[in-house]
Amino acid sequence: MRNKYSVFSLIKNALSYHENWQRAWNDPAPKKEYEAVIVGGGGHGLATAYYLAKKHNMNNIAVVEKGWIGGGNTGRNTTIIRSNYLWDASAGLYDHALKIWEGLSQELNYNVMFSQRGVMNLAHNLQDVRDLKRRTHANRLNGIDAVYLSTEEVKKFCPIINTSPDIRYPVLGGTLQRRAGTARHDAVAWGYARGADAMGVDIIQNCEVKGIKRNGDSVEGIETTKGFIKTKKVGVVAAGHSSVIANMAGLRLPLESKPLQALVSEPVKPIIDTVVMSNAVHAYVSQSDKGELVIGAGTDDYVSYSQKGSHQIVEGTLNAILELYPIFSRMRMLRQWGGIVDICPDASPILSKTSIKGLYFNCGWGTGGFKATPGSGDLFAHTIANDEPHKLNAAFNLNRFVSGDLVDEHGAAAVAH
Amino acid sequence: MFLINCPYCGERDQQEFKAGGEAHIERPKQPTELSDDEWAEYLFMRKNIKGVQFERWNHAHGCRKWFNMVRDTSNDEIKAIYKMGEKPPSQ
Repeated sequence: MRNKYSVFSLIKNALSYHENWQRAWNDPAPKKEYEAVIVGGGGHGLATAYYLAKKHNMNNIAVVEKGWIGGGNTGRNTTIIRSNYLWDASAGLYDHALKIWEGLSQELNYNVMFSQRGVMNLAHNLQDVRDLKRRTHANRLNGIDAVYLSTEEVKKFCPIINTSPDIRYPVLGGTLQRRAGTARHDAVAWGYARGADAMGVDIIQNCEVKGIKRNGDSVEGIETTKGFIKTKKVGVVAAGHSSVIANMAGLRLPLESKPLQALVSEPVKPIIDTVVMSNAVHAYVSQSDKGELVIGAGTDDYVSYSQKGSHQIVEGTLNAILELYPIFSRMRMLRQWGGIVDICPDASPILSKTSIKGLYFNCGWGTGGFKATPGSGDLFAHTIANDEPHKLNAAFNLNRFVSGDLVDEHGAAAVAH
Repeated sequence: MFLINCPYCGERDQQEFKAGGEAHIERPKQPTELSDDEWAEYLFMRKNIKGVQFERWNHAHGCRKWFNMVRDTSNDEIKAIYKMGEKPPSQ
């Protein structure tokens, strides 16, 4: 039984110098057999397990993670949450997630620090202006809050932006989604892990999948570094390593894994109280609660699993940021890192059954998966439990690459991929 | 970031090059007779290997010629470079 976090538990534990907090989740050895196994203990995988247990009464399940909880892309992203996508299918998917975000801290009894500080996307040329206006209209038709801002309104909303007309990338306008914002990425993984564990889900860390055992066209189990685990349902949520797992099952996916970089500055006093994304110049910036500027850069164009990106990618992003925010010219960068993102040709995710019975893939989130974490988990759990997709993720099936029904969403991260 | 030994220009910064994806994907000889599955396989499905992968590169900001590369994608180490039309080296 999990103790509830509250102001009273905080006071009680303060009196014992915070030395007696209950463990947030257990560290079990794998059982011989599970009803279902989720491969990948990031936010999406843990959320999948949480909703399988909570909404579909599947409690005899496990999450296997090759590293530690939240040590992959969940802890490497820039934590932006928004749902202002162009196409109907994407709008449905991402806004489903955003609605869950709005009540997630209460639901999990874990503060994920969801902050609806707004996300602003800037337009720097006439085509940007047309595209962003079109997207604003599409969003509103889908019931998603969106407004188009003039240059003056952009300046008013975020005064530190340089809106001078003579800069290299002048700001011609922008869009604003007020319900969008950020959340604490680690807390999302920890909150879902704690919630899933409380319902009996086994979270097995330091357990790498080495093979997928098939009997004809059905899954029979997985080989791991902690031995064979028998199961009829395997949900793979392995982000950049999805193709590696797919190869074990003899499948090919339409994915390419590439390094995506981000960086944070030294902490400073509050200076930017929203998230600003700039499509054309590929730079986005927000400020964490610790005071660091959180800056997202772009992907390299070659396949790599090395978690290192090229220096010129960071340089290009910082050039653009300094032009847009001259006030940051003397900021020092503290840390820089890379994560491996799995990118689909249409820049939309795959939440799908496969040609192998009992094998499901949740991948292809590319550069923008964090925002979808709760919705992705909920819909993937539905897909696994019912062996059928939910209507919100039906369009994101693997077969769309055969039928041609792509969800061509290159606005996925509001940046050119 | 790494150095690439262009077979025409010599060693240059990777920044001068454009990655062209998986190598040795043959264009279908009879496109009109392809099924949708075969088209999907040709257009979209990729090996995306973690480890030694064969790929195409273009010296975009140099001689603009295409060539092939054998590279370990787990650490970005280049194993071999060979010209278009040449047989890939055996590992």
